[in-house]
Amino acid sequence: MQEECLLKLRGIDKYFPGVRALHNVDFTLRKGEIHALMGENGAGKSTLIKILTGVYQMDDGSITIDGEAVSIHSPQDAQNKGISTVYQEITLCPNLTVAENMFIGREGGLLVNQKEYKRKADEQLQSLGIPARGGQQLGSCSLAVQQMVAIARAVDMKCKVLILDEPTSSLDDKEVNMLFSLMRDLKAKGVGIIFVTHFLEQVYEVSDRITVLRNGELVGEYLTKDLPQVQLVARMMGKELDELGDFGETDSAAGSDSPVFYEASGLVSEETNPFDFTIRKGEVNGFTGLLGSGRSESVRAIFGADKVTGGTVKVNGEEVKISRPVDAMKKGIAYLAEDRKRDGIIADLSVRENIILALQVMNGFFKPISRSESEAFADEYIKALNIKTASSETPIGSLSGGNQQKVILARWLLTHPDYLILDEPTRGIDVGTKLEIQKLVLQLARDGVSVTFISSEVEEMLRTCSRLIVMRDRHIVGELKGEDLNQAQVMKTIAGGEA
Amino acid sequence: MNKNRNKVKEPLNDTQLLMTITICIFAVMYLLAIVLLQGGFLHAQQILDMLNDNASLIIVSCGLTIVMIGGGIDISVGAVTSLVVMSCVLFINKGGNPYLAILLALGIGLAFGAVHGFLISYLDIQPFIVTLAGMFFARGMTTILSVEPQKLDEEVFNGIHTSIKSDLLGYRAKNGNVIPANMELGVVIAAVCVILIFVLLKYCRLGRNFYAIGGNQQSALMLGINVKRTRFATYLISGLLSGISGYVLMMHIGAGNATNAAGMEMNAIASAIIGGTLLTGGVGNVLGTVFGVLTLTTIKKIVVTSGLNQPYWQSITTGGMLCFFILLQSVVLGKRQKKKKAS
Repeated sequence: MQEECLLKLRGIDKYFPGVRALHNVDFTLRKGEIHALMGENGAGKSTLIKILTGVYQMDDGSITIDGEAVSIHSPQDAQNKGISTVYQEITLCPNLTVAENMFIGREGGLLVNQKEYKRKADEQLQSLGIPARGGQQLGSCSLAVQQMVAIARAVDMKCKVLILDEPTSSLDDKEVNMLFSLMRDLKAKGVGIIFVTHFLEQVYEVSDRITVLRNGELVGEYLTKDLPQVQLVARMMGKELDELGDFGETDSAAGSDSPVFYEASGLVSEETNPFDFTIRKGEVNGFTGLLGSGRSESVRAIFGADKVTGGTVKVNGEEVKISRPVDAMKKGIAYLAEDRKRDGIIADLSVRENIILALQVMNGFFKPISRSESEAFADEYIKALNIKTASSETPIGSLSGGNQQKVILARWLLTHPDYLILDEPTRGIDVGTKLEIQKLVLQLARDGVSVTFISSEVEEMLRTCSRLIVMRDRHIVGELKGEDLNQAQVMKTIAGGEA
Repeated sequence: MNKNRNKVKEPLNDTQLLMTITICIFAVMYLLAIVLLQGGFLHAQQILDMLNDNASLIIVSCGLTIVMIGGGIDISVGAVTSLVVMSCVLFINKGGNPYLAILLALGIGLAFGAVHGFLISYLDIQPFIVTLAGMFFARGMTTILSVEPQKLDEEVFNGIHTSIKSDLLGYRAKNGNVIPANMELGVVIAAVCVILIFVLLKYCRLGRNFYAIGGNQQSALMLGINVKRTRFATYLISGLLSGISGYVLMMHIGAGNATNAAGMEMNAIASAIIGGTLLTGGVGNVLGTVFGVLTLTTIKKIVVTSGLNQPYWQSITTGGMLCFFILLQSVVLGKRQKKKKAS
């Protein structure tokens, strides 16, 4: 195989105070390939990317582009050398036009020629098949299109290396496909693409080669077609993972004869259509469907997080009214929100303070939890959930995503809920923590807690849930259990085939 | 195909939308004033008076618009204006050349702008705090220069208090004499400032970068904009305009006083907001701001001429207007968001 080497990193070292973030990492990118960079949180992916883009400076090692040794001092420097990055969060200005976003900051001079920008932008967008117009305000485009505009900018800057950092995490399936076909186009044009993602299936769908990092060190570089998915996960986690499918003995009979805990009929909120829903004690069920199908909105209605406008709700056979989250909490319902950063953590408060928050609200603010009590709670759950934090007084914002999620879980577990709703609890966290959370869900169910689990990864839901409620366009379109619980059937139901 | 593409009419962007609303509301207000106040507002002099009295406010509001587009705030503009007036008056009264005083005015303004810009952009201190300090400092300096009000030398004042007069736009008094309409020189200066800033914001790279850093600072950095230098420039321009505003105010009132331009910064902020500049940055237009000043003034005039001439009535209506506009902005922009979501 004699593909042309585009980018070569050799022996990269990077130290942060007290931590070795990267040690002797090699990475090679060839012309016209899509190269997935994989690793758990903390493996050093982001550090490597940041060195490549000039955000960080490496402590040792060498970078060559097209056979020429270079050093990269700043993001601008990286761009000038042909390395462009599209980040997970859109790094464009929503208040400017699409055309301006493609050209601003690229050249000097006193005046700007908006017309020329618009013409050139339209040309480029058209040639890449991106459904946007140069004169459009960027904020009026969908997230997927905004991301593509960022890519168009990179392409227009004649980038040789395109880094896509978690580009798909806020896109739905259709948009992901659009993005992938754009990526394949660019690949055909000889651009080298570094693709960082948490979604294993996408890696296999689109990438040619995989480099795996673990604990800041290189595990290896593989051809995607030679590395089975299980092997990849094993490499990322650093242990042979026979147990991957092992714990998931979902007892589909579990809870099928226990009493009903929660029952809603005709429940409707501002964001949903009326729907019926029941869950039994000790049952794990899940809502599935595409992004925007109404799965989160449904559980938000159950929890009273959106304004409930109708329907009757029974908890333990007793009719109750849940119109605010605190009503739901008092009935033993807990809800772990989808957006951890926005609805979950309070970044500047400590782990301990984050943990006791929900219990404090339940108790009312006139019955404060004593310091020693709260410390005991915090320590108990830090241990029970294996939360990796320096101490219970560390601000939660400094923890990794997976550990933040565990803290939020601890917050709800502390209220000893009878019914726990988990909305995307495993998004953006590493595989190890994912498994821990899945195990925890099954453990809770065995202890008699009802759990509703939502995840965009169908596999994960199949492993944990004994019943899946399938949604499409804000309606429940099917309910799968028993032997119907398999990927093919779920996809078919989501897509609209008869269940 | 390509031709069709270019012909697509783009919907108004947020900036244009908010400005259009402001201009419409100003038109409605003014018509209302004409109807309510029996024709006083029909005279050209009425508009010119509004401009004469508010030339310096228009100038500082333009500077503030730039700062706000860049995502910042500058509450020192009124105090700096006042300091400039006092300094120039003393300088001229001590025998200084009135034209040299222009340099003094610009120098003071630039100095404040540079210090604010440096502290805010390069040392990353909250703009509110920095310009609050600047405001107290400038007010204090004004009082140190003179506790007593200082009147500008009569002769000099008559020299610089020039107006452009026009019989055509004038007003025929009952006895048949024509009283010519007059527009002060300050209005011309303000107009030049407005035009220059309009061009800067719309056609110059620097101006577009203001929008970018206000829209999303992190993104602007990633897009290759020198965010620090750009932000520094917003404060520098605002300071410079405060200096000009001070000189214009001196030409208008001809006296330095520690209470000159009191509360001007708040009126300027209000005008910018009414003109469609978002406090959150990235959206705004200097023409909108001019109409913001005029709208605010028209309302005040209506209030005063309808007999409610205590100052608190003006404050109350200003407050009410501001609330109304902010509500309107959030409703209009919110609706847009929803529409986008639905599509």
